[in-house]
Amino acid sequence: MTNSAADPVLSVADLRVTFGERTEAVRGMSLSVARGETHCIVGESGCGKSVTSLAVMNLLPRGAARSAGHIRFHGRDLMGLSEREMARLRGDKIAMIFQEPMTSLNPAYTIGSQMAEVFERHRRAGRRAAMDRAAELLARVGVTAPGMRLGQYPHQLSGGLRQRVMIAMALMCDPELLIADEPTTALDVTVQAQILRLLQKLQQELGLALLLITHDLGVVARMAQRVSVMYAGQVVESGPAAAVFAAPTHPYTRGLLACIPVPGTVRRDEPLGSIPGMVPRIAPGFIGCGFRDRCGSAMPECAGAVPLRDAGGGHTHLCRLLPDATRAPGA
Amino acid sequence: MRLFLFRRLLLAILVCLTVLVISFTLTRLSGDLAASIAGPNATASDIAIITRNYGLDRPLPVQFFDWAGHAATGDLGRSFLYHSPVRELIGARLPVTLTLGLTGLAIALAVSLPLGILAAAREGTAIDRAIMLVALVGQAMPSFWLGLVMIIGLGLDLQWFPISGVDTWQGYIMPGIVLAFSAIPALMRLTRSGMIEALAADYIRTARAKGLSRTKIVFKHALRNAAMPVVSIAAVQLGFILGGSVVIEAVFALPGIGYLAWESITKNDFPVVQAVVLFLAVIYIALTLLADMMNALLDPRLRG
Repeated sequence: MTNSAADPVLSVADLRVTFGERTEAVRGMSLSVARGETHCIVGESGCGKSVTSLAVMNLLPRGAARSAGHIRFHGRDLMGLSEREMARLRGDKIAMIFQEPMTSLNPAYTIGSQMAEVFERHRRAGRRAAMDRAAELLARVGVTAPGMRLGQYPHQLSGGLRQRVMIAMALMCDPELLIADEPTTALDVTVQAQILRLLQKLQQELGLALLLITHDLGVVARMAQRVSVMYAGQVVESGPAAAVFAAPTHPYTRGLLACIPVPGTVRRDEPLGSIPGMVPRIAPGFIGCGFRDRCGSAMPECAGAVPLRDAGGGHTHLCRLLPDATRAPGA
Repeated sequence: MRLFLFRRLLLAILVCLTVLVISFTLTRLSGDLAASIAGPNATASDIAIITRNYGLDRPLPVQFFDWAGHAATGDLGRSFLYHSPVRELIGARLPVTLTLGLTGLAIALAVSLPLGILAAAREGTAIDRAIMLVALVGQAMPSFWLGLVMIIGLGLDLQWFPISGVDTWQGYIMPGIVLAFSAIPALMRLTRSGMIEALAADYIRTARAKGLSRTKIVFKHALRNAAMPVVSIAAVQLGFILGGSVVIEAVFALPGIGYLAWESITKNDFPVVQAVVLFLAVIYIALTLLADMMNALLDPRLRG
């Protein structure tokens, strides 16, 4: 788990994504995911976490432009690949699942047809072999009566089942990297737990590198070996999940953690923690800490360049404060 | 699926009955039928004889049920003008109109589908704008004018096509093109907007994340979902072409239904007017039903 720097499946350095001249959604994002590792990107809506995942897949919407030091998949830089070469990797070695299981499947085609076409495309398999593979994977993700499901249409399935189908479809070609963008956000709480358990099980069995995007720290606590906390397009804190939860070093992370009610320690009449203000929209060329307008520890120098601090053990954060200083109460 | 078909069929029958009532009522509202059949020089006794012979002295409900009952068995009455059964008149002209309509629709689809898809795939580019400009020009161009220009240019000057009649299949080409022109702008816009909407859908992002080829994404995943409104409108346009080709049939001197309708209206040949209105309405309803069925094939959600 700690060898992610040594031989990462995915390694991203200094990723930037701009939408026109007004908005820079991702500002120098770096991360790496190793085989068998779950790396969570966590942050509020609009912090750039989904855009990061789409940028890795080169699936950004029109009007968005990406640049990066590198986006390496097994050492091969994806930045230089043509669309055709990238398409050959997508769905094969790198798979992705999305937040909206209700709309992410094509309503006009059967589950079987949509699952089979990935296999046909990347493995040059015939329809029958692809359908067999699809049935096998449906069974693997816990769908009962897979043979019958193959002939069904998405509207005949519940949200949880559809997400299972999406996961099974993502696994059709034995990917090495699975990117899951808020895979449980649109689901009921009980179904969420099932899907998370499934992802965890599959990841361990298949040795997947899992890049999991979520806004839910509960999901992070449950799933992640490593976590990157994103704010306003930057990773403000990153490190082993245990270390980050035990001793968060960035004021934003501390604020996020304070928003979670803990039974037994939070009194009923006590208001839940919240971070005042909203994620700012940041234009290219922005200097300083993006969190300074909402931060209780902000100083005039926060408008200048922000240093990257190392708390040891691969635990870093982006703040003028030293790791110890942020532990002061009432940040 | 069966329930869906049943509901649609029931609806179609109800619409048919409504049309029956309306077409009957409209002809009665246009004045004294016997007097207009008899002509300006007729005497009062002539009119009285005609009134009695055609049963126009009976109460309206009786006349209606008499006519509707016969219509239901396929007997649409006799024309005053041709002195032959209306059914034969329509039957003789139907092949011309049908061939013309289908030719027009085929040309319209062959042009508007590819261009609409191309415009959507290249949304916002010069190609898209050029295609939309063509649609605008097409919409603004009166079809009789285009027909005349084509007769002069392609028929008289270049002599590529016959300028009138349908003695050979070439006779259908020019009127077919003119009819297609009236349907192309709507079909093209609809294809474009449907494709733009489909291409922005989440399942297209999924398809891209699966690494599918651009061709497969556009033609398999987007087009099928974009096709439904196009199918519906294509059916309506075909109905329009079949019923509304009066002008084109006149310009190109084609012996079709449109021409028959025009003739019978001007000559007050009311059995023919009634029958043609009813006939076209039934065709319309049948086409809508066909479109619904095709959409049910395209979209599994409709079959529920």
